[in-house]
Amino acid sequence: MAAKTLTIDGKQITAEEGETVLQAASEAKINIPTLCHLDGVYDVGACRLCLIEVAGVPKLLPACTTKVAEGMEIKTDSERLRKYRRMTLELLFAERNHVCAVCVSNGHCELQTLGYSLGVDHVRSDYLFPKWSVDTTHSLYGMDHNRCVLCSRCVRVCWHIEGAGTKNIAGRGTKSNIITDLNMPWGDSDSCTKCGKCVQACPTGALFHKGSTVGEMERDRSRLEFLVTAREKKQWIAAD
Amino acid sequence: MDLAGLVDVVYSPVVDVKEYPENVDVCLIEGAVCNEDNLELLHKIRQRTKVLIAFGDCAVTANVPAMRNQLGLGNEESVLQRAYVENAQFNQRVPSAGDGIVPTLLKRVMPVHEAVHVEHFLPGCPPSAANIKALVTQLLAGGPKLEGKQIKFG
Repeated sequence: MAAKTLTIDGKQITAEEGETVLQAASEAKINIPTLCHLDGVYDVGACRLCLIEVAGVPKLLPACTTKVAEGMEIKTDSERLRKYRRMTLELLFAERNHVCAVCVSNGHCELQTLGYSLGVDHVRSDYLFPKWSVDTTHSLYGMDHNRCVLCSRCVRVCWHIEGAGTKNIAGRGTKSNIITDLNMPWGDSDSCTKCGKCVQACPTGALFHKGSTVGEMERDRSRLEFLVTAREKKQWIAAD
Repeated sequence: MDLAGLVDVVYSPVVDVKEYPENVDVCLIEGAVCNEDNLELLHKIRQRTKVLIAFGDCAVTANVPAMRNQLGLGNEESVLQRAYVENAQFNQRVPSAGDGIVPTLLKRVMPVHEAVHVEHFLPGCPPSAANIKALVTQLLAGGPKLEGKQIKFG
């Protein structure tokens, strides 16, 4: 593998060819905010929070799907990036009904954490207050569409780690939503193996263990790491 | 307690003044804008106050009170019906606006900054005592600069 040298935030770094800017930055201990990215699952660039500035490229690029190149000059933090990241978050909050105070993930939510980390003290856009349902037909898990940010982590772990292909995305724009199989109640699904990876992967309170109440939904991401290691290296070892 | 000596509390649920006074420096506003009484008082407060602070998640995001917005426009009657008739054991009757008991509900519950201009925001449900102290202290020193967990929703 050929090595590439590039500059991130003024710091000279070396990365392997084929790595993404996000991977290279993370190895150099440079933090880029992410929401749809999940270690061990392929990236899709859905949330646009990891946008970066690349010298010579007029538009902003997502760090998670942009591959490193020789001589790249990258900025991961600037007034412009902060402006867009904040706007993206505010639009996510405005698009569905995120009521942190009564959410199962209050205090353990990636959307909530990003909100305060990136300075969102209020949302400037009008809230849409859409009408979404809650699917509690599954014996173990629930799905509350009000809290979904459409990061597609659940879809990706379901298809590419579990290989079940139960979770999908249907619709366009604000009508997009996560569906089960061909849009049926989750409890009626034949393809769902009840593995719960989607629940562990969810960044918000959209997917939850049935019976959890406000603030109780804590996730165990090491389960996912364990399964990816098992699949890729055939090593069934628990993360320490 | 250090702060108590620096401010005069001129209007609050625990102050025995019924009319919002003129020339107020700072007002911390709790709660979402749900009915016509809220809206009228809010406009009066804005006129008579230099700095408004949306205080707590209900004021900042409209929060739980705004969950009725998900029922769509025209939910004013159905929520009253639910509260005063369907869920009532005795005296099942929707109070009319003329009774002076329940103010007319707005079509849509709003966060405070959707109705009037707001200078600063303190989210939290509820905002912690430490964050309230930090906000007021910073305000006396020139302007609030809350950051990180201090502005966490929920």
